Amino acid sequence: MALDTIDAAAKRGVLAVQEYAVLSARALSDLFRRPFYREDIFMQADIIGVGSLPIVILTGFFLGASLALQSAATLTQFGAAEFTGQLVSFSMIKEIGPVVTALMVSGRNASGMASELGSMIVTEQIDAMRSLGTDPLKKLVMPRIVSTVVMLFFLVILSDAVGICGGGYVSIFMLGQDASQYFHTAYQSLQYPDILQGLVKPIFFGFIIATIGCFYGMKTRGGTQGVGRSTTQAVVWSSILIIACDFMISRVMIGIFGR
Amino acid sequence: MGINSASLPTSPPPSASDTEPVVAFDDVSIGFDRKPVLENISFQVHPGEMRVLLGPAGVGKSVLLKLVNGLLRPDSGRIFVFGKEISAMQEQDLFELRGAIGTVFQEGALFDSLTVRDNVGYRLLEEHLPDDEITARAEEALRFVSLDGTLDKFPSELSGGMRRRVAIARAIVTNPKLILYDSPTGGLDPITSTTIIELVMKQRDVSHTSSLVVTHRLQDAFVLAMHHFNRATNQMDALPTGQTDPNTSFLMLHQGHLVFDGTTAELVHSTDPFIHGYIS
Repeated sequence: MALDTIDAAAKRGVLAVQEYAVLSARALSDLFRRPFYREDIFMQADIIGVGSLPIVILTGFFLGASLALQSAATLTQFGAAEFTGQLVSFSMIKEIGPVVTALMVSGRNASGMASELGSMIVTEQIDAMRSLGTDPLKKLVMPRIVSTVVMLFFLVILSDAVGICGGGYVSIFMLGQDASQYFHTAYQSLQYPDILQGLVKPIFFGFIIATIGCFYGMKTRGGTQGVGRSTTQAVVWSSILIIACDFMISRVMIGIFGR
Repeated sequence: MGINSASLPTSPPPSASDTEPVVAFDDVSIGFDRKPVLENISFQVHPGEMRVLLGPAGVGKSVLLKLVNGLLRPDSGRIFVFGKEISAMQEQDLFELRGAIGTVFQEGALFDSLTVRDNVGYRLLEEHLPDDEITARAEEALRFVSLDGTLDKFPSELSGGMRRRVAIARAIVTNPKLILYDSPTGGLDPITSTTIIELVMKQRDVSHTSSLVVTHRLQDAFVLAMHHFNRATNQMDALPTGQTDPNTSFLMLHQGHLVFDGTTAELVHSTDPFIHGYIS
């Protein structure tokens, strides 16, 4: 009996991965087929990108501020408080900025996508769309993927900048460090691979957020309860995949660039 | 109970030579989770014909309808729509074919974030027609279902019966050659149900559109068979006693099998115990 349960769960897992891969591949191939649904892409970019601005700015600022506060305390013990700017900018750009921004956007948008598409599934709106001659993957999924990837890229840049400013605020006004020194070390220590690492991550994270949100939305079954379940699973799995993907990208980048 | 004057373009009644079936099922079976739902189903719908699909709830009527427009694929057998084998077509090719099929879903399935105008004109919006033309054609379709002046409303602002009428307007706005009605009166009160049935009948008798009507309400089925739409008075009239509409015939499902395929008279006089029990 236990083996049967494991067997069934394993099959469900493999099937889910297969369905996710098919959905992602089809949505990507839709990028190159007409119609392009340009208006839907802009509308989603507004919802996902502009709509996420407040949470990204606020979390970015306070993360940078906390990071400066914590690291300055440790660095002071070794007489290296002047490297606070470097530590904040390194951490924000390479790791914390992309990951936390992606997690914030995931919490806000992967859940939104799963619940919106899930509601459309249970009320037969997706079937209606198909019967009206529209491909839901092209009309609903592809614009969300494009918008999330593009907007997350810029949101992460913004979050990094605001985070460094937050760290600067704490270092200068609360810890009494020199402003010029903070921003100088924050800027000087950064190298091309660090920036590249920080910019590559949001592309993958954006893809994960949109595809996972849409995947769980499109496979919703079981009425309103099913919609709730899909929403939860979308946030849980996109968060897990973002962190796992972050580790893999970091490993590959360090392997290539040595830092 | 009169319906506003038909203003949609009408197609002439099908000619005698125009006899190629609009829909043909050839030994079709489908099941879910290894449980058969429909087994060895074969029937045809001819041009201008209305087939009323009867059967108890949960017997697979809606599944059969979804097979017709390719929303589901059969496990075995072949399905032809407008002469094309849709069971062998790619999903991408089906989108084009579905343009010639109007579907009215069980609960209407209107897009809740779009206005009535955008719901009715959805297909036209996708074809990027000019805004003025979309509005004009949406208004025309809404007039057909007696819902003038609702263009800017959202589905949530409409009653159940009105939503169902918007769904019918959405299905007929492009003058499809085939309309699929999935329990169009399900969950509606008797008066609203009669209004909806009158609209279905109007589409049959004014536009001569082929259709497949799924219902488990015998009353609706017999109203369709024993009445015709009078264009002069804009309402349905009962046919003389003993007469039935020649373009309306019945199909009945029971335990996944098609147990009846015939005319109203044959249905009424059937000696099959299940059919007899069902209609009595």
